[in-house]
Amino acid sequence: MTELLIGTKKGLFVLEGEPDSGFEIKTRAFAGQPIDFATCDPRSGRLLATVTSPFFGPKIFFTDEDPGGEWEQADGIALPEGGDQALERIWVIARGEADGTLYAGGDPGVLFESHDGGASWEINAGLWEQPSRAHWQPGGGGLCLHSICTWPGDPGKLAVAVSAAGIWLTEDGGRTWRRGNEGLNPRYLPEEALKDENAGRCVHHVERAPRQPERMFMQFHGGVYRSDDAGESWADIGGGGLASDFGFPLMVDPDDPDSAYVIPLVADADRVTPDGRVRVYETRNGGSTWTPRGDGLPAAHAYLTVLRQAFGRAGSGEQLQLYFGATSGDVFGSGDAGASWSTVATRLPPVYSVVAI
Amino acid sequence: MAVVCLRGPLRKLAGDRPEHELNGATVVELLRGLELRHPDVSGWILDERGLIRRHINVFVNGERGDEATAVRSGDRVEVLPAITGG
Repeated sequence: MTELLIGTKKGLFVLEGEPDSGFEIKTRAFAGQPIDFATCDPRSGRLLATVTSPFFGPKIFFTDEDPGGEWEQADGIALPEGGDQALERIWVIARGEADGTLYAGGDPGVLFESHDGGASWEINAGLWEQPSRAHWQPGGGGLCLHSICTWPGDPGKLAVAVSAAGIWLTEDGGRTWRRGNEGLNPRYLPEEALKDENAGRCVHHVERAPRQPERMFMQFHGGVYRSDDAGESWADIGGGGLASDFGFPLMVDPDDPDSAYVIPLVADADRVTPDGRVRVYETRNGGSTWTPRGDGLPAAHAYLTVLRQAFGRAGSGEQLQLYFGATSGDVFGSGDAGASWSTVATRLPPVYSVVAI
Repeated sequence: MAVVCLRGPLRKLAGDRPEHELNGATVVELLRGLELRHPDVSGWILDERGLIRRHINVFVNGERGDEATAVRSGDRVEVLPAITGG
């Protein structure tokens, strides 16, 4: 049985089912409220959800019980008081390597960490106090820290991505950070501006290959990249058959460091699936070539937008399950590593995030 | 003392009481006093800058106010989510 946590513009939906036999909606929580991200910490079974009320600001809630019941507000999700900025949104929550550790990324380019399973949080001072922060440029979705890549077995190593402040790397558990943007080519900037390390590097999503942690994959704002040196430098792998190298979500098969999946959109000026067809593109050779996987997905007059957190996975290898949702409210799933797809849900509110557990 | 009136989730966070008598010379002082008495309200009305969140409206005796609006004993300060959405 697979459980899907689907964050939408109007609440959290919990679905249960199997890729072959279909899914049912079991719970709707936070009715009417935008759920930017929801996940489960498998170590504790705790569910966590990021809620950005338009009225009351961004919060993280958690529950150890039925998600249809009461959720508890986590402490510490705020910027330091008395500054000139306010927390706008929490984009993602990721499991840390150390027991009880979780990370949360948000806007404005902020990383929170929890060491009690998500009940209380504190800001990561090393990243917050980066001297260059005043020059960081936000993307269209704000200055969002949306990707958090831990290193299997080493709690000290972490990579995070901020749109559009690029990749930041730490090897001392977040006390110090350095950039990892070498090789990225922001085609939206004049060539002269590339010398300015503060010029916007609009990273859309990053994933690490767990079996070979030096390898990372990135969907950029125009360009798909691979790093083989833990995010220090990047090589463009977007040329081998993709319908477009623009998009947001990206996923990997945790068993195969040569694998990655992207869901291209036409371009930044037209953020819908190319040619009116919904296709997931797969590489099994580190990005040398990409193969469209659309069996069972809408193939005509389908102009969907899939957001950066709306692509989730469960399992690995031949049992890899993939799920993604669109702002149309449609959710699709595959139980055979993308070879075939079926519709998991329709007519949900716009889908912001999909996590499979 | 002025009276701060809350509805919906704010009321629930503040001990499930709709009205709170508080001391303060301005709206922000009243709201800080409310946070001290009911810490669960912290971050829900005022953000980290001490500003009233963009989509919350505060009315003092029926007139729109802001953080610096003066309040006197007996004033009614209503805190309401704005008419917004999508």
